[in-house]
Amino acid sequence: MAKGWFNKILPSFVRRDSSNEKKSPVPQGLWQSCPNCKEIIYGPDLEFNLFVCPNCDHHIRIGARHRLSYLFDEDSYEEISSKLEAKDWLSFKDSKKYKDRLSEAQSNIDEKEAMISAFGKINGKEVVVSAFEFRFMGGSMGSVVGQKFIDAANKAIEMKCPFICFSTSGGARMQESLFSLFQMARTSAVLNTLKENKLPYISVLTDPIFGGVAASLAMLGDINIAEPKAQVGFAGPRVIEDTVRVKLPEGFQRSEFLLNHGMIDMIVHRSELKDKLSGLISKLHK
Amino acid sequence: MAYTYLEFEKPISDLENKIEKLRGSGDIGKDIESEISKLSSQIEKLTKEVYSNLSIWQKVQVARHPHRPHFSDYIENIFSDFDELHGDRVFGEDKAIIGGLARFKKRPVVLVGQEKGKSTEDKISRNFGMAQPEGYRKTARLMKMAEDFELPLISFIDTPGAYPGIESEERGMSEAIAKNLSLLSNLKTPVIVIITGEGGSGGALAIGIGDHVCMLEHSIYAVASPEACASIVWRDGSKAKDAAEAMKVDASNLQNLGLVDEVIEEPLGGAHRDSRGVSNSISQVIEKKLHNFDEVDISDLLKKRYEKIMSYGSI
Ligand SMILES: [Zn+2]
Repeated sequence: MAKGWFNKILPSFVRRDSSNEKKSPVPQGLWQSCPNCKEIIYGPDLEFNLFVCPNCDHHIRIGARHRLSYLFDEDSYEEISSKLEAKDWLSFKDSKKYKDRLSEAQSNIDEKEAMISAFGKINGKEVVVSAFEFRFMGGSMGSVVGQKFIDAANKAIEMKCPFICFSTSGGARMQESLFSLFQMARTSAVLNTLKENKLPYISVLTDPIFGGVAASLAMLGDINIAEPKAQVGFAGPRVIEDTVRVKLPEGFQRSEFLLNHGMIDMIVHRSELKDKLSGLISKLHK
Repeated sequence: MAYTYLEFEKPISDLENKIEKLRGSGDIGKDIESEISKLSSQIEKLTKEVYSNLSIWQKVQVARHPHRPHFSDYIENIFSDFDELHGDRVFGEDKAIIGGLARFKKRPVVLVGQEKGKSTEDKISRNFGMAQPEGYRKTARLMKMAEDFELPLISFIDTPGAYPGIESEERGMSEAIAKNLSLLSNLKTPVIVIITGEGGSGGALAIGIGDHVCMLEHSIYAVASPEACASIVWRDGSKAKDAAEAMKVDASNLQNLGLVDEVIEEPLGGAHRDSRGVSNSISQVIEKKLHNFDEVDISDLLKKRYEKIMSYGSI
């Protein structure tokens, strides 16, 4: 298969040259090795397969813009609150200043914060979508992530349309401490308003989600969907292991574990997500 | 339990020991009496000095002081006729959280709060105040009860955090906390929250959204324990002091940042020196606030609560 042929059918976001390598949310290069089975895969094949390994079906982590592009019709959407930037409420400093960590993250991946919210259509139906960007400080939730989630929910209320959130996050952002913690309250509260307006909220759990994001907006979907083998939990596995001093069981905190314990409605393959989401929405929302 | 002093309390304890010695010497007389009274006023002056200049890290230690009053003390000191209500009706009973019905100056109220335990045995059975999902689901049940019977809800927070265990995950810790946040932000009855010791992370917030959120003067509240924050951000758990300072975990900073509504002053030398005194102060706040909330229509109260929640870190 010639690369030129692939380039023609690929959406623009995956057509990156090597100078963009550090900005890429996914492995770059003509030949890729699957992080799970180590199989060497032809790059364009992997991209064509939505970054799911054709050999072992491993769902490779992808960035927020990939999510939106895969979801919205014709890769077209209008961003919500795209200009918001984090505030250093506490003048937080560890070995580095929070401010410097922020600008570093911004220039590394060319995004302003760890979430993108957008309005557009999926299979012809209007929706608002928020997607976490894990490469931005581990997808951690500070006040801007909270704000973008709230602005998205309010946009859904304004447009009378459903709201979908793709989560992937290490949890609340330490550098904003209580401001971050309280985003759990804010995001949970705004979802009540969505419900009062009879608008469905679907939470899509993607690898990985922990802490304050798991214990708020990610678990509050009218429907909770997970990608296969996504790791989702309140406490991180290392913290649990250190506390209970037992080796964690195989598959602990993975999607299949969550399904078996009644925490999610279904596990959906990345290639079927768009149609599944639009199908569910059409039943919950006229 | 032998009385434990914090390191910075040592000069105070030295003076107290001197008084003890004088008293124990068996000598009686004017000289001794005047010496004791001199020492006593020195103690007061010194305590004032030490406690009005506590660093953030010292406050963390006071918030965790082994003799700091617990929820069970406040139940006894502030309320009467307490009926503890057990169980989440789903899985079990979690003793890390106490809940029930009580009277506040004759008026029935619903109480929830973490209890760290006192004796070693008690601490273990209460898991040091670290609740599992069933603890939070018990509070959810009681919150609903408060709403259904139009009783004010009063929540006391003192926890290092929710318990990180295998079973906690199996039974959906994330879901249990998230559900509480959703419930509290819209609960149709007045809610008063008092952080009395440690306000640790989501495990604290899960019973921490309300119409009036206050902190005792030497209590702390943060997104994670200083130790956890240190190991995540500094990658070095021993940097807890730096983490506590960077997160501004103390009540007065958090009030200035607009994240808590009121700081309740503690008796001289901290709540652990005067459990009755601090209980009285809390009691006065509850009385004042319940009175305020009685004047407010419930829909206005909910609207105000929603606006307050939305104001936290609003950009
Ligand atoms: Zn593979």
